[in-house]
Amino acid sequence: MSGVLVVVEQRAGRIGRISWEAVAAAQHLGAQLSLPVCASVVGDQVEPQAAEVAARGIQTVVRVEHPLLAQYTADGFTIALQQFVHDQQPQYVVFPHTYQVRDYAPALAARLGQVLVSDVVAIGDGPVFTRQLLQGRLSGSYRHAGTGPCFISVQAGAFRAGEPDKSAAEITVFSPTIEPAQIRTRPSEPFRGSAQTVDLGSAPLIVSVGRGIKDAANIPIVQELATALGAELAASRPICDNGWLPMERQVGSSGQTVSPKLYLAVGISGAIQHLVGMKGSQCVVAINKDPDAPIFEVADYGIVGDLFEVVPALSAALKAAKG
Amino acid sequence: MKIIVAIKQVPERDAQVRIAADGKWIEEADLQYALNESDAYALEEALQLREKSAAPDGEVIVISAGPERVGQTIREALAKGADRAIHVACDDLGSRDALGVARLLAAAIRPENPDLVLTGLQSEDFGLGQTGVILAELLGLPHASLILHVEAVAASGAQNQIPAQLKVKRELEEGWFQTIELPTPAVLTIQSGGNKLRYATLMGIKRAKTKEVRKLAAADISADSTPVVVMDRLTLPQKQKSTQMLGGTPKEAAAALVEKLKFEVRVL
Repeated sequence: MSGVLVVVEQRAGRIGRISWEAVAAAQHLGAQLSLPVCASVVGDQVEPQAAEVAARGIQTVVRVEHPLLAQYTADGFTIALQQFVHDQQPQYVVFPHTYQVRDYAPALAARLGQVLVSDVVAIGDGPVFTRQLLQGRLSGSYRHAGTGPCFISVQAGAFRAGEPDKSAAEITVFSPTIEPAQIRTRPSEPFRGSAQTVDLGSAPLIVSVGRGIKDAANIPIVQELATALGAELAASRPICDNGWLPMERQVGSSGQTVSPKLYLAVGISGAIQHLVGMKGSQCVVAINKDPDAPIFEVADYGIVGDLFEVVPALSAALKAAKG
Repeated sequence: MKIIVAIKQVPERDAQVRIAADGKWIEEADLQYALNESDAYALEEALQLREKSAAPDGEVIVISAGPERVGQTIREALAKGADRAIHVACDDLGSRDALGVARLLAAAIRPENPDLVLTGLQSEDFGLGQTGVILAELLGLPHASLILHVEAVAASGAQNQIPAQLKVKRELEEGWFQTIELPTPAVLTIQSGGNKLRYATLMGIKRAKTKEVRKLAAADISADSTPVVVMDRLTLPQKQKSTQMLGGTPKEAAAALVEKLKFEVRVL
């Protein structure tokens, strides 16, 4: 084939939304360059998942199957996909930008003398791939300058996933050659870190705090705001890393994904890892001292100012308004 | 255990950034720099592994590629407790892609024959999140990424073909984790938050001045620097929403916001 290959991710048989977005990105690229799109699902027995992918308006779907691919390992997936890419000769290989892809796709690309363009948020004519730099403060336009396949991974929420249609692509099987000794790591089954007692996902109102709060001793300022508003208190990763709030209150790619009616971000700059966890919110309010903070790019209302002045004033105004 | 920690100097988080005239990077003139955050956690993990080990021959070596100014970040790492350092002197780091940078580091790391190579998960400037994984590929070593905790364990052998020497805790998405066992030598990319970071002590700062920093010129390393992926242009990101900015004093802005929450967002 000479075309666009999209690698769909399945975990415990489930295909996540970000994989459908990657399929949409591959179709966008295919349409732009008049190239056919092929999708692959990697695992041990992935017939049902392949059938699901086949109903998404794709030309062909390939099950890349081997018993040693039943559980994800970087070694297994890199070997299998290297052989598959060598066999298919695609011009573009598109991945969802998941933790799993981050774990093996850079090695796969390097093995083929290529470099993954990671975390792509838009694809323009050329194709030119847009990704963010400096924690979302800047956008960079990237292009592939080498010969051989171009590898990209697309960020969650960057492309709109399509709906299944009536089409049914041809499904074939590719069987890579993998030896047990080639798998050098031994992964356990996934486990939950701690009992989740806070379900931010169903909270209608969230006050979320970031690095701007500066010190654990200042957390009560935002706690008071959350109480005045009747909101759950959440945080960006650094706050939980520092142990200022428990990990279960973290919003972002490594924490919870939320879509409340109101997301009030206090002292959060808005790195992409945080934005992917909250940009589905109906209304975003940002309070930040830096007018260039990327959080303002997704905010409906913004206040540029010192949170240590603005937040207490807001708590007082809310209390007064609520009587 | 001989541990190499690859660290990067990045613009300080709060630094005001202005796109340079050539549109390819930012004005560096007045920029302040700092140690990349997840690299600080990688260094902390290495120092703790050395301290926990019963073997007296543990060594932590930091390696960093970049121009002269990188020396300052290297000294900070030495002050925190690293034993020695390798500085890959390189003025064109930004024009090399992830593979090009990893090739430089791999060439410098290879002769050291380390038991473990640690890197931070991702840099705060380019944010590629690939250097560690590519390093593993170039060095021919197993790897694990997004690691929060590293434990050195005795090789078990017998019942399995992999003599595990490391047991690591890997972060998955949405609050899930996984344990991975792997042999040494290995490469791990470290996620932030796994440990509490230490500060350099006065004694540490004093000692750092006498520790070895070996300089390698990138030009002397025969590594291919032709990029496969090129960044043509930097721009300010496009706004995804039209934001209503609420000005005035803090009190006025707060009052305006309450009005909006009441009558436009209707959540009060």
